[in-house]
Amino acid sequence: MSARIKWRRFVSNFMLTLTGVCAIVSVSVLFFILGYLVFNGGTSINWAFFTRLPTPVGEAGGGMANAIIGSAKLLMAASLLGVPIGFLGGIYLAEFSGSAVASVVRYAADLLNGVPSIVIGIFAYSLVVLPFKHFSTLAGAFALGLMMIPITLRSTEEFLNGVPRYLREAAMALGASKWKTIASVVVPAAYRGILTAILLALARVAGETAPLLFTAFGNRFWSPGWEQPTASLPVMIFTYAVSPYEDWHRQAWAAGLVLLGLILIINILARTILSRGIAVPRS
Amino acid sequence: MQASSKPGLSVNIVTNTGTGTHSETGPLPMRMTVSKVNFYYGSKQILFDINLGIADKRVTALIGPSGCGKSTLLRAMNRMHETVHTSRLEGEIQLDGQNILAQDVTSLRRRVGMVFQRPNPFPKSIFDNVAYGLRINGIKGSTSEMVEKSLRRAALWEEVKDHLHKSAYDLSGGQQQRLCIARALAVEPEVLLLDEPCSALDPISTAKIEELLVELKSLTTITIVTHNMQQAARVSDFTAFLLTGQMIEFSPTPQLFTTPSDPRTEAYITGRFG
Amino acid sequence: MERHFEKDLNELKERLLWMGSLAERAVHQAVHAVLDTDEQLAKRVLDEEDAINELQLEVDDRVVQLLALHQLMAADLRFVLAVSRINNDLERIGDQAVNIAQGALRILRHPRVKPYVDLPRMTELVEEQVRNALNAVVRRDVELAQKVMATDDQVDHYRDQIFRELLTYMMGDSSVVFPAFELILVAKNLERIGDHATNIAEDVIYIVQGQDIRHPSVDRR
Repeated sequence: MSARIKWRRFVSNFMLTLTGVCAIVSVSVLFFILGYLVFNGGTSINWAFFTRLPTPVGEAGGGMANAIIGSAKLLMAASLLGVPIGFLGGIYLAEFSGSAVASVVRYAADLLNGVPSIVIGIFAYSLVVLPFKHFSTLAGAFALGLMMIPITLRSTEEFLNGVPRYLREAAMALGASKWKTIASVVVPAAYRGILTAILLALARVAGETAPLLFTAFGNRFWSPGWEQPTASLPVMIFTYAVSPYEDWHRQAWAAGLVLLGLILIINILARTILSRGIAVPRS
Repeated sequence: MQASSKPGLSVNIVTNTGTGTHSETGPLPMRMTVSKVNFYYGSKQILFDINLGIADKRVTALIGPSGCGKSTLLRAMNRMHETVHTSRLEGEIQLDGQNILAQDVTSLRRRVGMVFQRPNPFPKSIFDNVAYGLRINGIKGSTSEMVEKSLRRAALWEEVKDHLHKSAYDLSGGQQQRLCIARALAVEPEVLLLDEPCSALDPISTAKIEELLVELKSLTTITIVTHNMQQAARVSDFTAFLLTGQMIEFSPTPQLFTTPSDPRTEAYITGRFG
Repeated sequence: MERHFEKDLNELKERLLWMGSLAERAVHQAVHAVLDTDEQLAKRVLDEEDAINELQLEVDDRVVQLLALHQLMAADLRFVLAVSRINNDLERIGDQAVNIAQGALRILRHPRVKPYVDLPRMTELVEEQVRNALNAVVRRDVELAQKVMATDDQVDHYRDQIFRELLTYMMGDSSVVFPAFELILVAKNLERIGDHATNIAEDVIYIVQGQDIRHPSVDRR
């Protein structure tokens, strides 16, 4: 009898310990990656990295200023495409959620979310690059924007649905039309969540490489305007990492560190905003 | 006073509450009338042939056990039932003689306001809450004066006058409900509907709001749904008793609570129900 | 915080006190109709009887309504219940006054039996009892109420005295039997009025202290 109990206890402890170990392993992967990046790329992070253009092949020094600016431009333009569509679409889904159209849109958005980013890249290539006959920042922004849409859409819908029904009722009972209710009560109540959604969408696309390969392509120099190919951090990492130059490898590590740092900052910012409390108390 | 009243109560009306028991003879003007109303959610019928008159500048209470349809009836009176797509209203509800279904719903809701069971102030400041109705309806005039007037009418001004820009959520439950009343009063509705306004509140807040309603009826016609029949007894001039979607009795309150005409009413108010 | 039913309570009290003042006046007029052999006064009492009875009905209506509509507690509840009882005592006082007035009308057909000595004194005591009882209701004055109750023995004593005296007269002269007998009845009615005033005083103590002091001999446990 007691042997049985001992066995049970052993199994229980073993399993719990195992779950703990796996949890730690999961977390430590992140720290491992971070550590690796810091170790390998930390030394290459200097002022030059952020301000100077890449030097010709073989020469030491140089930086990734154009890639950083390029990524910033791409993200900005992608937001201009993805955020309004996702936001307004999310409003539609939340307010007319019963309709057949809404179900279709929801389903389609989820599918779009699952489309491999490289496929989106090809799509953007045929739609934007081919007609204009050159790679461009616009094309890259287009591809990234498309990827932002489903995330923004579904998150906006989620957070708007989180606004309690009784707030809408209160507004309507005062004579507010459906749109006025949404604009003056529902959206302001959900603004933190929506902001978070946008930030998370940004963080997601900031590191996408594949779609940019066929759209923004890359550039060793500045890329003024929107119609020329542009460098971006992820693509630079790819280019430098597969190159045979040691110096470039180091710069690739540094770029990886910067990119990861950026994404981490966005994520932490998003979470902080959200944790400050939703505007509406859940009493 | 007949049990199945037709709109247009013209009887000896013995009014309750603060004015003692003197009778008024002669017809009492109706602010709203409900005629032959049947209500459905999809295929399920909730209300059966309801006929009722809401007397002007009086408090009318709707009482009855849970699920009797009293809240459904109330919400039909400012067309809030339309937020549920499967709802269907047959029959006529009139405000000042005009069918409410034929009017623009947003202007109807300005004239017929509603206060809900749970206090539901917006996540805005106290001032902005009260001003909300004024702003979205484009009501001209000094907003701060109108806000003060409403807050005074809701007996809340003294408590919040120095904190108008604080969040409404800083207020207690009873204060939040009075804020909701002030918010509804700001647009000066002709009728104020209250759906169990005190059920989420403590007894003292409840008492304050009951006293408030007795004072307010000189300004606006009041209709209140309550599952607490003593509240209806304390506060209302007329009471309608509903049971499984039917209106069983509609009488002046003193009469309904001392000598009800229908045995079902008597069973309910003596607590011998169910 | 003032509640709106307080207005109804105050109106109830007002109506009750008005009834009390009518009853007080009826007693005064009825007895003085006897003492002063005033036929007009006696008739006036009979005319004003309806007013008191109407008030009794009105007060009862108000009591029922107050109890049904407002969940009265503690002192408010005791007050309304006591009002209901006081209502009855006042109506009975009115009835006794009417009886005295009717007696007065019969007595004045006969010559006076004897100079009235004890009757005026008894009248004063009883009138004071009624007045004090009503004042005790208004002021919720327990001491005053106790004074009313204490006077009761004296009133009873006067009634017995009047009875013995008039008995002697009746035994001595058979022609005065009829008026003397009526006078005895008047004294009895007065004593009953005093009893009702005492009841009212007991109700005052119930309102104020929550104690039901009727029937002290009954063991309440």
